[in-house]
This record gives sequence, C-alpha cells and structure tokens, in this order.
Amino acid sequence: MTGFKSIESLGAYMPEQNIDTDAIYPARYLLLMDRDGLGPYLFRDRRFDKDGAPKEGFILDTEPFSSAEVLIAGSGFGCGSSREQAVWALTGFGVRCVIAPSFGEIFAGNALKNGLLTLALPEEMVARIGAAAQRGARFRVDLEERILCVDNEIVASIDLPEGQRMALLNGWDETDILLREEGEAISGFEAQHRMAQPWLFSEQSK
Amino acid sequence: MGRTLYDKLWDSHVIRAYDDGSALLYVDKHLLHEVSTPQSFIAIEKKNRRVRRPSANLAVPDHVVSTVDRHLPIADPLARAQTQRLVENVARHDIPFIPLNDKRQGIVHVIGPEQGFTLPGIVLACGDSHTSTHGAFGCLAFGIGASECGIVMATQAIRQQRARTMRVNFVGERSPFVTAKDIALALIARIGANGAAGHAVEYAGPVISAMSMAERLTLCNMSIEAGARVGLIAPDETTFAYLRGRPMAPKGEMFERALAYWRTLPSDSDAVFDRELTLDVSQVEPHVTWGTSPEDAAPIGSRVPSPDDEAEPTRRERRRRALAYMGLKPGEALENIAIDVVFIGSCTNSRIEDLRAAAAVAAGRRVADRVKALVVPGSGLVREQAEREGLAKIFLDAGFEWREPGCSMCVGMNGDTLAQSQRSASTSNRNFEGRQGVGGRTHLMSPAMAAAAAITGHLTDVRKLTGAAS
Repeated sequence: MTGFKSIESLGAYMPEQNIDTDAIYPARYLLLMDRDGLGPYLFRDRRFDKDGAPKEGFILDTEPFSSAEVLIAGSGFGCGSSREQAVWALTGFGVRCVIAPSFGEIFAGNALKNGLLTLALPEEMVARIGAAAQRGARFRVDLEERILCVDNEIVASIDLPEGQRMALLNGWDETDILLREEGEAISGFEAQHRMAQPWLFSEQSK
Repeated sequence: MGRTLYDKLWDSHVIRAYDDGSALLYVDKHLLHEVSTPQSFIAIEKKNRRVRRPSANLAVPDHVVSTVDRHLPIADPLARAQTQRLVENVARHDIPFIPLNDKRQGIVHVIGPEQGFTLPGIVLACGDSHTSTHGAFGCLAFGIGASECGIVMATQAIRQQRARTMRVNFVGERSPFVTAKDIALALIARIGANGAAGHAVEYAGPVISAMSMAERLTLCNMSIEAGARVGLIAPDETTFAYLRGRPMAPKGEMFERALAYWRTLPSDSDAVFDRELTLDVSQVEPHVTWGTSPEDAAPIGSRVPSPDDEAEPTRRERRRRALAYMGLKPGEALENIAIDVVFIGSCTNSRIEDLRAAAAVAAGRRVADRVKALVVPGSGLVREQAEREGLAKIFLDAGFEWREPGCSMCVGMNGDTLAQSQRSASTSNRNFEGRQGVGGRTHLMSPAMAAAAAITGHLTDVRKLTGAAS
C-alpha cells in the first residue's frame, strides 16, 4: 500500500448520516475477486441507473468536485457490511481521506490497511467544513504535521494512535511487521495458551 | 475492582499491549466464506506466506450459493468461479472445509455454533460484520475485512483498539410474540444505528438468562446494526447444554476442563461498565422497520413518522430520503403497507426455533395470492430437522417456497433479489437502500411477523392474526 503523507484538494460533501458500505459498494459487485480497478463501482446505484446511464447530481460526478480527494460525510460513514471493497472503491476512485463525525468500525479498520485516512471530528465542525467544501474551499490534510487546514487555516489536529499514524505514513504491510517483530511473542503466547486451554488445540476438528 | 466479561476475554488474549492503547490479540478461530477471502489468499501467496494454524480455521460457501439448484457445476459463472476459488484456496492451505453439497453446509454464523466450532472464552474472527453473532457464547467475536483475514491466517493475531464497555439490562416480562428480534430493533431504535459505536455491548438481565441460544444469537447478531462490532452474553447452563456433544466441541474430560474455565468468564458482580442502560421488555411490542436503517424501527401498531418531527437537519434529510426511497408517506399506518415478497432466513433468523415460530403462524393458512414467500434454512442440518419436524410440509402446504441453505436474499448475491420497487417483509438484518436488490424496499421483522405478512399480504400484527391480541 502507498503511504499517506499529505494531500491538498477540494472537498466533496455528502451531508448524510449512516452512509453504509452497501451504498458505497453494492453487494452484487462483490462477485468480482479484484481489489484494483473498483473505482467505477463506487456509489454505483447513486451514480448510475440500472441501464448504466449516469444519474444527475451526484457530488463526485459534479464539477469541480470530481477531482476531490477529501470526502466529508455525516455520522456513521461506512457502517454495515465489512466489505473491504468499500475502501478499495473509494481509493480506486481517488478518494484519500474521509472526514465524518463517526465511522463504521470495521470500515475504519479496513481504511487503515489501504492508506485511506478516516478523520473523526465533532459533528458541528464537520457541518462547518462541509459547508466550506461546498463553497469550494481547499483542504490540506497533513499527517506528518498532524493538521487539517481549510483554506490555509488550521481547523483541527489529527489525533490518531501513533501505531496507526506510522502505518499510514509508511504504507507498511502489517503482516510483515507482525511476523518480523512479534513472531516470537506470538509463538510464546501460543505455547502458554495451549497449556492453559488445550481444548482449543486438539487437531480433531477436521 | 471486578472485571467485565469483555475485560476477561481481552486480557486473556493480549500478546502485546502497545503504548497507544491498542493490543495485539491472539485469534483462536477464524471462519471463512467465499466472498471476503479471495483477496486474502492472494495477499498470503504473493509473499509466499503460509497459514499459521490451518486447523484453527473453518471454511464454507454461503453468500453466493443458489438456494434452488445444487447441481454442480454452479450455473452462474461468477458465483461458480468464486466458490471454486474457495475450494482451491482451502485445499492448498489444508484448511478444514464444508463443501456445498455437505448437509452441514450453511451460513457461517449458523454453522459455527451448530458444529461447536464457536466456544466460550475464545477470540473468533470472520470476514463478515455479523460475526458479532457468536458473542452469544461469551466469546470475543468480531467482523474483519479481507486484509485482516489475511493477517489473521498468516499470524494468528490481530491488532485492535480496546473498546469501551456497555451493558444493556433487559428486565420485565415479554408479551407473546415479542422475540429477540423485536427487542433488538427496539434497542436500535432507541440508541441509533451508531448508538453503540466504539463499545462492546454485553446483554444481561433475567430476560437474557431465560433466552434460548437461538434468541441470544439473534440479539448478538444485531449488535453491529447498533454500531457495535462486538455483542456479548455471559455463558451459562443454557450455553453449556447447547455445546455438549457438538461435533467440534471438546469431549469428555476435556469438556469438563473447559467448562471449569468457562464458568469463570461472566462479568464480576462489582465490575463497572463505561455505559449502562436498562430496557423494560414489557413495554416492547412486535417491531417492523419503515426506513432504510435498522434504527428506523417502530411498533407495528404505529404510523410512518414525519421527517418534520426531526429537528436536526441531517437527520431530517436522512428520514426524507428514506421515505422517498421506501415509497411511504408520513402518517401512513404501518399495518396498511402491502408487501410483494417474504424472506424468512439469514444469519439473524434462520435457526430451527425461527422456523418453528414462522411455521406456527403459517400452519393451516395460505400465503396471500400475489406474495412470493421464501423460507431459507440457515444450514443443511436445520433444513433436515425442519423436514423431520414437519415444518417444511407446513410451509409448502401454505404456499411458501422451501429452499436450500445460504445467505440468500439477505445480501442478494445469489440471484435471490427484490426487483425494482418490490417490497419485502424480511427476517434479515439490514434494510439499507438496495440491500436486497436495486430499488428493493425492505421491512425488517421477526419470523412470526414475516409469516403473518405472507398470509395477509401486508405488514401485520401477528397477535391480531393469531388471536393473541389482548
């Protein structure tokens, strides 16, 4: 995955609560087994009718917001299904950062694995910067400096657990890190766990 | 100070605690299905990694499988390719697998408990948000994404932020036909679809103690619809009786050893939760949803609410959008809403107890003329038992379709979908826009309520239909 350092772009505002991952990426496209190239399916049923003809008025298809790398939305963004395709579709489309009062937790975890920054900010602030986005404000999201700027004014600090920040900045592969740095700890824990709860380690379960 | 069930599950699985409050947790068990794992295996194989403990996994196809035709090869090319990919992946990595035409096949969240794969005290992960279901056994079970499935398989571990704890105490006497589904919908309506976000929710109180495992599974299943990744119920005699003798559960002396440990899991009496609330179930009536979020739930006797009653603008706008999508007007009586399709199934409500409840309503009655009604058992074993008990015959005689097990119309990936503007009474868990098919309109409810809607052709108070109304 590519690291996230800083971006500058317009913001696209979807002032809606509980935008679920079925809306972000409809289930029927889960039959595809890819993780790249899913941008065209992002918000598919909001953007296209059943015959594939574009619908009017969807923010990410409306100029100048089609190039926005920052998406601003209501609370509960990414709630529902655990499908990581919701994240892959967003990044595939070019969205790098989503700002909302709260996120579906599984979605937020998936975002982290794919260099998509989710920024949870208070509801009033999201409404305010959403309105600024609608007026065409420029957003700067800087993870190194941990700041969010709207039209050159710092509006929030980016307050992320350090482990998550480093993973995003560096684009680390988490499995590599775990195997390299925690391999022994995992084996040690496992040996103890096997002694304490041997019923979890009988190989009869096939 | 005492510890909660969540604390005990968490503490007993910490491999390493990090400074930022997160921890690396050991994952005891991992359930796999065909939809969320193809990319996980690609990630594993690209780096020549191996699956660390194949026997800690169990795989089954459920999401894309046809509920009508079980002849191989699978007719739909995409579903066939995805199912075949799972078969190949698990074979290459020596992962225990239940194939499509095995009578144990079914929805991951039904077969995990049924096989005794799900146990108290464990950490269980699966690439599916309804993994919260398994918390009914007093284990830490949560949904993960495809990348995390790969991490879990390669490392047997996952890094997590510790959740805050929340306890919901259910008190009072339930009226007839008030099921775990109604209680879940009433709770979500009260706290919101995001109301338990960041929390691990423990369900407690006398109402829970009296519930069957099936009802507990329904309740924990719906935790994610309140925003909680984790739902929990303390294991008790009901749990232990359910587990004894299950194929993958420990046996004999090992079971007794496990039991001694499981009895230490319930929250201590002096444990303090970050949040606590009480819900009096004597005030809960059978619920249905009217909108496009599970929080849009109301008692069946009420009316479609008006967006104008919502003071906050984004909430008002969401409600307006929901009613436009659902084709409903404020003030309409919920009982007057005509339906086209009934779906009885899903990881929420497809267990034998659910089918019994629906069959009790269907018995001796007929599905309304223009209604298509599906019953999709949660597993082949549920299906078999329902046939033995005569439930299948009741459904068929009443005009229901009796299908093969799978996720079916809950997620609409297998051809079982609503057409544009079709309206369903559904025992599944999500009424999102397009969830059951593009333009489809979903009303969530319990199995008995769905069966009643099938009979009358509109949303119906099952108590009136069966003469149980006071």
